[in-house]
Amino acid sequence: MRNLFRGFGAVFYKEVLHVRRDFGTLFFSLIIPLLQMVLLGFGIDTNIRQINTIVYNADGRRESRELIDRLRNSDTFHVIRYVDSDADLNDAIIAGRARVGVKIPVDYSDRLLHQMSAQVLVLIDGSDSSVAGQAVNVTTSIGLDESLRRVLQDRSTFAVEMRPKLLFNPDSRSPNFFLPGLTAILLLNVTTFLTAFSIVREKERGTLEQLFVTPVRPMGLLLGKLLPYLGIGFFELSLILTFMRFVFRVPIHGNVILLAILSLPYLFVSLSLGILISSKANTHAQAMQLAFLTILPSVFFSGYIFPRETMPAFFYALSYLVPATYFINITRGVILRGAGIAHLWTDGLALFTMGAVLLILAARRFQKKVIMA
Amino acid sequence: MATAAQNGAGPAISAEHLVRRFGKFTAVNDVNFRVEKGEIFGFLGPNGSGKTTVIKLLTGLLPLSAGCAQVEGLDVRTDSESIRERVGYMSQNFSLYDDLTVGENLQFYGRIYGLEPARLKRRIDEIVELNSLAPYFDRLAAQLSGGWKQRLALGCAMLHEPQLLFLDEPTAGIDPVARRQLWDLLFELSGHGITFFVTTHYMDEAERCNHVAYIYFGKIIADGTPNSLRELPEVQPHGTLRVEITTPEVTRALRFARQIPGIRSATIFGQSIHALIDDHFDLHELREQLLKNGIAVGEVRPLAASLEDVFVELTNKHQAMLEAARA
Repeated sequence: MRNLFRGFGAVFYKEVLHVRRDFGTLFFSLIIPLLQMVLLGFGIDTNIRQINTIVYNADGRRESRELIDRLRNSDTFHVIRYVDSDADLNDAIIAGRARVGVKIPVDYSDRLLHQMSAQVLVLIDGSDSSVAGQAVNVTTSIGLDESLRRVLQDRSTFAVEMRPKLLFNPDSRSPNFFLPGLTAILLLNVTTFLTAFSIVREKERGTLEQLFVTPVRPMGLLLGKLLPYLGIGFFELSLILTFMRFVFRVPIHGNVILLAILSLPYLFVSLSLGILISSKANTHAQAMQLAFLTILPSVFFSGYIFPRETMPAFFYALSYLVPATYFINITRGVILRGAGIAHLWTDGLALFTMGAVLLILAARRFQKKVIMA
Repeated sequence: MATAAQNGAGPAISAEHLVRRFGKFTAVNDVNFRVEKGEIFGFLGPNGSGKTTVIKLLTGLLPLSAGCAQVEGLDVRTDSESIRERVGYMSQNFSLYDDLTVGENLQFYGRIYGLEPARLKRRIDEIVELNSLAPYFDRLAAQLSGGWKQRLALGCAMLHEPQLLFLDEPTAGIDPVARRQLWDLLFELSGHGITFFVTTHYMDEAERCNHVAYIYFGKIIADGTPNSLRELPEVQPHGTLRVEITTPEVTRALRFARQIPGIRSATIFGQSIHALIDDHFDLHELREQLLKNGIAVGEVRPLAASLEDVFVELTNKHQAMLEAARA
């Protein structure tokens, strides 16, 4: 029996040494699950609260203001702005700034005072099905509640009628909701991962050092690395969109060309991120772990699965630093809400800025290795 | 400075008081040397003694901590980019792209150096001819044996017609035939005026160089032609003679030899012993003494110091100095 386990002690001893030497790998393998737990535990609240809401109060008298107060006190809605026209109300929702738009008609108070039933239009962005469901339920119940209160107070037989209207995804199909967001996550795979690996491979083989002895400039090297993968990312995007449109039958309401153009800054950010990772990582395994670390926030904090509105303030603020946040707003905007450049240019600009900052950071890190004359 | 380089005047490399520190560790400590144009300069030293660091300092891959150096007449502190355009570099592990063919590797490096298409094509033809790479042109670099990888790597480093080539351990892990062929090629190129800076720890390769320097713990402890180093007083002290004693019983012979007064040092060399003896010690008498102790002795004959002897002597002496300084 002794022979059966021969070498056990030696191998065990050696493995303990390996683990101690390569502390970084161990640290990451232990910290990532912990980080996921913290994110999911604190960051995600399945009760949807504080939905960004925009109000067009065409009436403006006491009765209408009372209704708005009720909406505000519900905790479900967070009124971010008041507008003065139907167009502004629509725009805010198409641009993704608000999920819910409430329009109180000009004759709201009159009708109530004349014992007639008053209708309030509630526009709900259906591109996020969980938010939409909650918004429909709560508005309906506020309407009912308001009616009951009036029935008891004034003995009026007429009530306030909330008319929720689901925009963009009226059937609440989940592919319509998930697939545009998934696009952002899938693209990370061919951009961040591939670029990071391609540079780390050169580090491992020593060809990077060989290149540094040539007159190649860091920007020349980085852009030369970046562009082919930009092409691959773009091709991947076309494949995903074709699949989405023709296999999963998600209608594209906006302009596909616009989507293609706005995907460029997102690809640029993800590629630069890959390069930055490769300037830090020396081995394939390290690059893998760092790249994985960028995937996590893209899934959890971008609004892809969990609405950003439900996040605690800290994580909500963090979501502004996640590139996927902007790109998911772009894909859902163009595909589901038919948004145009006027609604989405700020997202494009934010992505482009991030990409430029990351690329400059990466170039500086490489520059340090090649001192320039 | 640039005009000096173009006129071909001045040395290929001049290094004065080079220092490179990594934190508290001084990897290169006050290193001085000069490499003339057209020389094959052998830069020797044990692993970790600072050979690769010196190359990195001279090619601008690492900044100097102190000192100054000119390569092809250009200052490494201010003109490293121009230097990189003029020199070739072949790193220790022949950094090629394994998934590219021989031709594609050449194309890539040619483009990096910005060769125009016509010149690139001419240069690739020349390199393929010179290095006999034609039969392998369409083969992946990964499928080449060590010797062919080395030829390809050398070819890549020479595409832009540099006048100075840094070869970092070009023969590590290469079979003896390929090593011999590489050196033949270096001599041929050197005949055309190209300067080589070659690091190695093979002593037979050091013997082939016009000029060698030996670096030990970041300091150069020997610098000169192989012949001038053999005659250094530290290696061949006044009043001593180096002899070779052939014997089938080297281990036993060494033990006795070390006890004989008049023998200053002795080491085993294959089937013989190399010994440093007082020059008034008669060779016949030495032979008799060994035979008397029952050791079968073949021949005893005078011997010129090899470079290995030189470096072993110098290293021992330097080591003793370091220890004395520490005590």
